[in-house]
Amino acid sequence: MSVRFVVGKVLGAFATLAFVLVFNFFLFRVVESNPVATLYRGRNLTDAQRDELTRQFGLDGSKLEQFVRYVEQTLQLNLGRSYATNRPVIEEIWAAAPQTIALVGVATVISMVIGILMGISAGWRRGTTQDRVLTSTSMATWSTPDFWLGMILLTVFAVQLGLFPTGGIEDPTSGATGFAKLLDQAWHMALPCLTLAIAYVGEFALVMRSSILDVMREDYLTLARAKGLRDAQVRDRHAVRNALLPSTALIAINFGFVLSGAIAVETVFSWPGLGLLTTEALRGPDLPMLQGLFLVFSASVIFFNLVADLLYPLLDPRVRYS
Amino acid sequence: MTDVLLETRGLHVRFAARRGAVARAVDGVDLAIVRGEVLALVGESGCGKTTLARTILGLERPAAGEVRFEGEPIRYDASYLRRYRGRVQMVFQDPMGALNPRQTVYEAVAEGLRIQKRGDDEAERVAHALSRAGLRPPERFFELYPYELSGGQRQRVVIAGAMVLEPSLLVADEPVSSLDASVRGEILQLMLSLVREAGVTILVVTHDLGLAWNIADRIAVMYLGRIVEEGPAEELLSSPRHPYTRALLSVVPEVEEMEQVILRGEAPDPTRIPAGCRFHERCPLVDSGEAARLGIEERCRGEDLALAPVGGLDAHSVACHAVSR
Repeated sequence: MSVRFVVGKVLGAFATLAFVLVFNFFLFRVVESNPVATLYRGRNLTDAQRDELTRQFGLDGSKLEQFVRYVEQTLQLNLGRSYATNRPVIEEIWAAAPQTIALVGVATVISMVIGILMGISAGWRRGTTQDRVLTSTSMATWSTPDFWLGMILLTVFAVQLGLFPTGGIEDPTSGATGFAKLLDQAWHMALPCLTLAIAYVGEFALVMRSSILDVMREDYLTLARAKGLRDAQVRDRHAVRNALLPSTALIAINFGFVLSGAIAVETVFSWPGLGLLTTEALRGPDLPMLQGLFLVFSASVIFFNLVADLLYPLLDPRVRYS
Repeated sequence: MTDVLLETRGLHVRFAARRGAVARAVDGVDLAIVRGEVLALVGESGCGKTTLARTILGLERPAAGEVRFEGEPIRYDASYLRRYRGRVQMVFQDPMGALNPRQTVYEAVAEGLRIQKRGDDEAERVAHALSRAGLRPPERFFELYPYELSGGQRQRVVIAGAMVLEPSLLVADEPVSSLDASVRGEILQLMLSLVREAGVTILVVTHDLGLAWNIADRIAVMYLGRIVEEGPAEELLSSPRHPYTRALLSVVPEVEEMEQVILRGEAPDPTRIPAGCRFHERCPLVDSGEAARLGIEERCRGEDLALAPVGGLDAHSVACHAVSR
């Protein structure tokens, strides 16, 4: 992999990020022009108070001045203050991110492992009952809306059977610490995590299945068999190794969506992560918060796309040299 | 008594086709391969020659009949197949497809050794196989990937991967048809040198009678799942007896003295093999009324027939009512 290739990809990623930055600014200026009036509707504000608030929100001056200030602040990782809590947006995001990363990260890893195994066994036994069952299951779970699935699981397992808590990240009354606290959080995470895992597993399974089908007809599989390799060895050493390549891109891109992936599910389960933060900010609307969240979500997707681009040549020698 | 390395007896291979139909891809083949010879199996695409080759390799199981290797019927249990595959190797038409794009040349050639657990002095054996396949110096090729090689070099790697196991039989399915004309001759030379120097026996499957002419000691012509003519290459090419062989031969560019016979249509599909002689629907003898004049048209249309020796020579045999009348 040449230095030029890496530099090119990194520059490309930064250019995309810069575009998002600009787009983000104008997008939210189109939506809302005067938050002061919205937020303080019905209250009597003096002109001086109004000007002061406008300045605090960074809405004074011309659009160009605002834009320059926005870019400067963003480069210093200052994403402004939340309208709702008046705390810095970056702090709010920083505080909510670990919960989301834990929830969606675990769900992604679980669904990835299970989905890839499902895809391999479905593709390798194409046309069998096993394939049909796995493929239609994948289709069904992939097309199920995750919030709906979440509500069903919540109703059945939390409300009716009482096996799991109905929401939140921990029992506020328990006062448990250390390992017991961690266990409590894991118990709270089970249902939303299951929901997401079911929602994601189908995509991994279907992509892996089609990758397997792509390599299935290759002569080198027959040749490996003709050299005396057993079926499972042919599958694992030759077919899966090659079929994993297209899935690698999907996996990396899916990690990009970890931060933004659970907006609906976090809301259903009141999971205090970035998703819940987003729905709350939408109610306001808390524009600086939304703007900050959008930027972080985009940056994460761009970053993992870059990772996919850089990873691919390491895995596939054909790309390495071309 | 000739030294038969491998033979098929009454071999039938069937596939389930659409709507419950059954394709009789190989439909009663008796074929013997003599140790040390190059036997060419010639036929149009779809005639079952590749299926026959795959069955000989143990990749397909016969519905009836058997494949016998060194006098013993081959078995299909895992340990027998693994040993058998150490003795019988294959070379594919498309060397790019036959090489795993993520394996280096060394890994591709060494894989067979590892599977067959002949791991001692692996590097030496790999180097020897590569240089015998004409890739010299072999070390220069060890770490290359398939896409870094030319088509001819790739085919040499595939051949090296097969020959590294020192097999008794090499089954080559259209070994040069995907290669440039300029390297075809080299690969064929290589295969002939393997016969001479390594004592391997080769079954080469091809649609190209001209190629068979170049390298084969004996030729078997296959049509719709069955061998219709078989004999020493020279004899069969100088005096072909089956109308199908004659038609195939007449369109080989090097054969100028024959009037070209263009067969009507394509071979019927193997789910609907015609009754009688399986070739009669396209046979120029039947078409021209020659068969009727000989008084055999009824039999052509209604009576199936097996290979029979031609004129007392048991080396040359043919399945045609007009010949064995």
